[in-house]
Amino acid sequence: MGRERRKKYEKGEATAFMSRNQAINKLQLTLADFRRLCILKGIYPHEPKHKKRVNKGSTVHKTYYLVKDINFLAHEPIINKFREFKHFVRRLKKAINKRNKDAEQRIRNNKPKYKLDHIVRERYPSFQDALGDLDDCLSMCFLFGTMPQGARVHMEYINHARKLTVEFMHYIIASKSLRKVFISIKGIYFQAEVMGQQLTWVVPHGLGYQHPDDVDYRVMQTFVEFYTTLLGFINFKLYHSINLHYPPKLELDAATPVDENEENMTEKERYQERLSALSQTLRSLDEGGGEEEVQLDEFPAVETDDPDRVEKAKVEAEKIKKLQNLFKGLKFFLNREVPRETLVFIIRSFGGDVSWHKSVAVGATYPESDESITHQIVDRPQTKNQYLSRYYVQPQWVFDCVNNTSLLPMESYFPGATLPPHLSPFVEEAEGDYVPPERQALINRQLGLQEDSGV
Amino acid sequence: MSSKSRSKRKPDQFDFVDKGVNDSDSSESEESVYSGLEEEPDTSEEDQEQSSNQSDNDSSDNDDDEDITLDDKSGLELSTEQRKELSTASDDELNEINDQRYTGNVKSQNRKQQKQITVKTADRPDEYDYDSSDEEDIRNTVGNIPLEWYREYPHIGYDIEGNRLLKPEKGDQLDEFLNKMDNPNYWRTVTNKMTGQNVVLSKEDLGLIQNLQSSKHPDSMAENYQPWIDFFTHEKMIHPVTNHPQHKRSFIPSKWEKLKVGQMVHALKMGWMKPTKAKTEEEEEENFYMLWKEDEESEITRRYRAHLPAPKMPLPSHAESYNPPPEYLLTKEEEEKWQNMEPEERRMNFLPQKYPSLRLVPAYKRFINERFERCLDLYLCPRKPKIRMNINPEDLIPKLPKPRDLQPFPTAQAIVYRGHSDIVRTISVDPTGQWLVSGSDDGSVRFWEVSTGRCMKSITMETGSLGNMCIRSVAWNPHPDVSLVAIAMGQTVILVNPGLGDKMVTNNTDNVLHSFSPTEEESMGKKVYADWSSIDTSDKRFENGFRLLLQHPKEVSQVTWHGRGDYFASVMPKGDSMSVLIHQLSRRRSQNPFNKSKGMVQCVLFHPVRPFLFVATQRYVRVYNLLKQELSKKLMTNCKWVSSMAVHSGGDNIIIGSYDCRLSWFDLDVSTKPYQTLRHHKRAVRAVNYHRKYPLFASASDDGTVIVCHGMVYNDLLKNPLIVPVKILKGHAISHDLGVLDCVFHPSQPWVFSCGADTTIRLFT
Repeated sequence: MGRERRKKYEKGEATAFMSRNQAINKLQLTLADFRRLCILKGIYPHEPKHKKRVNKGSTVHKTYYLVKDINFLAHEPIINKFREFKHFVRRLKKAINKRNKDAEQRIRNNKPKYKLDHIVRERYPSFQDALGDLDDCLSMCFLFGTMPQGARVHMEYINHARKLTVEFMHYIIASKSLRKVFISIKGIYFQAEVMGQQLTWVVPHGLGYQHPDDVDYRVMQTFVEFYTTLLGFINFKLYHSINLHYPPKLELDAATPVDENEENMTEKERYQERLSALSQTLRSLDEGGGEEEVQLDEFPAVETDDPDRVEKAKVEAEKIKKLQNLFKGLKFFLNREVPRETLVFIIRSFGGDVSWHKSVAVGATYPESDESITHQIVDRPQTKNQYLSRYYVQPQWVFDCVNNTSLLPMESYFPGATLPPHLSPFVEEAEGDYVPPERQALINRQLGLQEDSGV
Repeated sequence: MSSKSRSKRKPDQFDFVDKGVNDSDSSESEESVYSGLEEEPDTSEEDQEQSSNQSDNDSSDNDDDEDITLDDKSGLELSTEQRKELSTASDDELNEINDQRYTGNVKSQNRKQQKQITVKTADRPDEYDYDSSDEEDIRNTVGNIPLEWYREYPHIGYDIEGNRLLKPEKGDQLDEFLNKMDNPNYWRTVTNKMTGQNVVLSKEDLGLIQNLQSSKHPDSMAENYQPWIDFFTHEKMIHPVTNHPQHKRSFIPSKWEKLKVGQMVHALKMGWMKPTKAKTEEEEEENFYMLWKEDEESEITRRYRAHLPAPKMPLPSHAESYNPPPEYLLTKEEEEKWQNMEPEERRMNFLPQKYPSLRLVPAYKRFINERFERCLDLYLCPRKPKIRMNINPEDLIPKLPKPRDLQPFPTAQAIVYRGHSDIVRTISVDPTGQWLVSGSDDGSVRFWEVSTGRCMKSITMETGSLGNMCIRSVAWNPHPDVSLVAIAMGQTVILVNPGLGDKMVTNNTDNVLHSFSPTEEESMGKKVYADWSSIDTSDKRFENGFRLLLQHPKEVSQVTWHGRGDYFASVMPKGDSMSVLIHQLSRRRSQNPFNKSKGMVQCVLFHPVRPFLFVATQRYVRVYNLLKQELSKKLMTNCKWVSSMAVHSGGDNIIIGSYDCRLSWFDLDVSTKPYQTLRHHKRAVRAVNYHRKYPLFASASDDGTVIVCHGMVYNDLLKNPLIVPVKILKGHAISHDLGVLDCVFHPSQPWVFSCGADTTIRLFT
């Protein structure tokens, strides 16, 4: 008369998980579509605590998803679009094989499209969430934005990524939120502080891409598809937060005459080129100029817990303000061998003016012969026709100045000089860690400087 | 053959010039037009041109040589006919140079003279002045056959009279080389396969070849951009181009189209077919809007609260710099080691490198791979929240308490109790702590006063009636109002009233024992496990203090009292299913709690507060609930042979000594496995014991030592017991490979008694 014996694996962990194949069967998708869906929706597998129990006693290795997650995926309207797309491909193939041009054209025009807006909103309920997850998004978009045209990646992805990254860089320039830069052998790292979040991204070095064989570009494209949507909405929000037009409008667009480089371009292309030159400021929404920044009133030290805190915050704010205007009043000229876009982005982010030879790219604002140029960035051992009125420095000087928040002495950065080591600004030495001597010297110098200014 | 080739050249040259001539008689068909051209050989103009070219050449040949370049001399292949043309067009100088090679060739000489004449005499030579016919120029009459057939013969063919045409003499390689070096025209000399003679190409020939090579019109003078003549004009003419009558289908409406239109109309009516909308530009471009207007969470996204953001990628270190400090660069050996490691094992996934300037930094090869791997991590890696505890590493080192905090514990030997003549196997202290009882192999039980070491009483067992006279175990009743000692000897358990201490207590005990009257029904119905017999006051043994005798079926190895003093248990290791018996003093009754043997029982103990019984067999300790009559726990001792066991006064911790030198501490609340195992003894552990009040426990071993440990048990369940060995007490000598056989704590003082094979009992205080 015992109780009815409960069958094994009918409750508990065994029912909370689902293997990948089970999930695919349940959703009635192909593996490729399932992957795309997981990428778009941000669903990842879970590791059960007791694999054997979940796998009903077997120890075969499997990937597990939460049943909850899969049920959640089953409600996604994009799945229907995937199915529609499958039908679309089937019909199109048929039309092509029958050489029915009319039908082919008609089917192509009705290609199913889907939007990812709701997924962005769903994955990132608040703007801060989205900003917190932006690092990978930015790095991927910058990678795709610099990719060459080729058979591996659709052009539309490349163009779209390029457009959005340019917009993002414009925002960083306009809001002066760049903080750290670093040239690594992998690429150039940037760190910006946007609405209190640290965003770090890496831009690959110049050209000379070699497409590796062991990379599945479809996976990357799916990521980029989602990331471009996300970055677009983030750009929109960011532009509006500092009262800029979105899509961006250049301040002096109409006034600039058409260059001979630009003659063969369409209106749209020309505009895009000028925008990606990064040399012009953007037009603001309110024409009367931005409102003044709100100054914090000084309160007597009521908060007894840390009276120094306000003081410290003020010093920090002062430091950031100094950094934001690091290159203010300086006029740079870039030689053609230096990475133009990177340097323009950095110099403009810190308030400097910059130009280049007009045959290098669209958007040069003043020629090399301009006497008011203070610095010329050169990456060759020697240059002919030097002007006496300006300094000639190597590009590393700009990077090191930014990381040290002050203009460094230029002697060791002159053309042809052996450069001092370029150190990573992201390393924060804890006590007892090894500190390179150059870094130690800089820290000492900064301390000394601060003491001087204090006295 | 050759005439055909010539005629083919002509229409190309004079394509549309001739057209006018032929226009009048040309028929409407295409073929007739072209054939008409073919039929009309017009050599006059060409010849004229050629001759004029010749005259030009005469003057300008020498200095023009450099201008003409032939890229590929060896690859030059000309048809026989062409070559002949070329040879006819060659000028004087060339002929002179080639003079010796043309020896025996009369015709060519004639021609040469003729040419000379023409060049000299007239500006416009007569077209029949020299022999322009190819046919006549053929000296070799073998026809159009592969000339390889003559490869092995000295002749190359036959002339028109049938004489053999001998191959011209060919020099050896040295001649060839000299010729190559000396002859300025060597590069444009080719061999006529028909005659085997060398021909020097003229400037015109070279020009022609060049034109052919670059897919141009062979004649450089030809006009490429003649005005277009529209033969089949798009304008409607009066006369049709063809005379065919129109087909019927051109004026009957199409049935197929009618069907198709019908289908479409039907589809339109039914609403199946809709007009396509023109695409607007806005549709194609993505529209962004303010997605995060209000930062409220919608219902559907609530699940994402548990969303784990992926961990960010690590930030680059100094070593990743394009210009790192030199100490970050790898040495040769390190680099080799890095190369030989598996990619997953490498600490850094790149080789640090130093570039003197930014422009020399190449693109990083694995950039896309790394991004891709990151993508894979993002959607394929399981994520799990990991609670990272901030632990100061110094906190992890267990802090040893100071010896001062662990005090008091016995440190030195105070009293030695001598009197036994053989191994003292067992001792026990009375609950007041005043008296000590010891049992020895010499068959005597001695009662000692603890503080003075005086033997108060000695009972020698009679060997005859009770068989083996070894005293295996003595145990003082723990109840303070009862003065009884249980002694296990052979198959008997004897309860002795020692008559020491408070007279009231001893008398009371005697009275209680006397007043017992057995109830018949109970004793009748049940099986008798042990035979109870009381000793009369008249018996001689009564004087010695003997009160009760329990006769067991097998040899008894241990007796132990329950905390209240009413029950006691005896162990018969060889008793099988009856190896443990529990006796009740007040009802003089014995019962067997187990009806099945679970192995050889080593010792049993009562739980100090609860109705549990600990039974130690060789390798396990079982904890039985006596009320519910069931097994509640089974402890794995992890040792080979348990020798002894002790229970903490709280009842939640026990220690077990074993013959393989170990002492294991069990926390019953935590696990059935030892919480800690101590291996400080060198030989078998014979006895273990807890102090009733102080946090102390002791173990006695065959190596002649007693080790006292501090064993603090906390009331806080989260805190583990603190076990620190504090003292090794030495004093006993080893005899017959036996050292200390028992140890007992004083009930109130931090003193420990020990008895050993050297016949002494020692007190350490």
